Amino acid sequence: MATKSLKAQKSELSNTQRQLEILSNGIFQNGKLPTFRQKLKEHSLPQIQPQKLSILQINVGYMCNQVCAHCHVDAGPDRKEMMTRTTMEECLTVMETNQIETVDLTGGAPEMHPEFRWFVTQIRQRTSVNEIIVRSNLTIIMANKKYHDLPDFFAENEVHVISSLPFYKRGKTDRQRGTGVFDQSIEALQKLNRVGYGKTNEQLKLDLVYNPSGAFLPGDQMAMENDFKKVLMEDFGIEFNQLFSITNLPISRFLDYLIASENYEEYMHALVEAFNPIAAENVMCTNTLSVSWEGYLFDCDFNQMLELKVASEHSHIRDFNAEALEQREIQLSQHCYGCTAGAGSSCQGSIA
Amino acid sequence: MKKEYYNPEDLKKFSSITEWNKELGEKFFDYYSSVFKEGHLTAREKSLIALAVSHVVHCPYCIDAYTKDGLQRGIEKEEMMEAVHVGAAIKSGAVLVHGVQMMNRHDQLSM
Ligand code: SF4
Ligand code: SF4
Repeated sequence: MATKSLKAQKSELSNTQRQLEILSNGIFQNGKLPTFRQKLKEHSLPQIQPQKLSILQINVGYMCNQVCAHCHVDAGPDRKEMMTRTTMEECLTVMETNQIETVDLTGGAPEMHPEFRWFVTQIRQRTSVNEIIVRSNLTIIMANKKYHDLPDFFAENEVHVISSLPFYKRGKTDRQRGTGVFDQSIEALQKLNRVGYGKTNEQLKLDLVYNPSGAFLPGDQMAMENDFKKVLMEDFGIEFNQLFSITNLPISRFLDYLIASENYEEYMHALVEAFNPIAAENVMCTNTLSVSWEGYLFDCDFNQMLELKVASEHSHIRDFNAEALEQREIQLSQHCYGCTAGAGSSCQGSIA
Repeated sequence: MKKEYYNPEDLKKFSSITEWNKELGEKFFDYYSSVFKEGHLTAREKSLIALAVSHVVHCPYCIDAYTKDGLQRGIEKEEMMEAVHVGAAIKSGAVLVHGVQMMNRHDQLSM
């Protein structure tokens, strides 16, 4: 298992331009597979059009205590990019002056940001944002004493916790995320349960994210949820609310893995074959905007990692203009097939 | 013309068999997808049965397809291998049970 980000390894694929080339050349150039835009046309679907913005997903930085093999952020302990307090203030201003239903905090491990707790409490105190999501990798809660009380902090601020747990068994989890990750995740989930998460309290939602540990698509979300619930309860007494199954998009470290393991073509083929027009109408970029640590705006976290800024002159949070941004054209490439395969995939799981 | 009898690319073209006989091809695919739906057996159980049978009928396409299908359903490698052993046990049992026929024949012909 790698312990460094692609960036720190100076890998060819840390160059986003190179990733976009790979996604446009080869099988998509020689006509073997249709490009994403061609596919939309085949199904008489128009260009994907933004609807009313309801979710602001803020990536506070790429630092993480883990270096997961599939990570689309290329996060890790060696990533130092971090949002400044000034940019956080700019985000808060947007939340104060616009109707933002949900703020979704992600990273890296967002909890590692020194201003993380300040930011969460400011959102609660100063804005009318209804839901604050924190994407927690769970192990961070156990990683250091200073994080042990995170479950209490989350509960006090009624944070909706969405956590990744690749599988309900140790082997697969540790292969994808690193040795020891499974045991620590279980302990963290038990801690969250103890403060009331994952039960019937609507304010203390704990959802899990499943993503396949390999070059295959996720199975049916409901069936997976039943399996997870059964095993986690029987083996560890753990409760949670919903399971979101998320498709791995072919970018960054997962793209690197696909190419190195010679699974790239077959995987892209599977994504294209599973194209679902209903999912295409509900992709998350229709109601979400993603903000980078530098304050730039993107159609989604994936486009952020590909450095595809929104196609609008209002491309920074300080120039935020909801109406103008609703008119933008979403930047599409072949990685978008990951959002439209099968039951579709978004940061909230299946969409069709 | 490819030199191998089996080519992984051909699996992706499976649905093209309807081109030469639409009616029967479509009937087959309809039947096939109905068989694998959740029923008295779960789709997960059916996937494991399919994997075992794939081995017994020596179909490399089906082995590829149902290994992947199993991964997608969260079936673990230990479960997959147990299923393969079930197939192998039935197959070897089917060979060995004919040993009784051999014994019968032997005894019938011998003094
Ligand atoms: S925990 Fe999340 S952000 Fe961190 S390396 Fe793993 S996938 Fe990436
Ligand atoms: S990858 Fe991003 S831009 Fe493409 S369809 Fe998915 S959410 Fe939209």
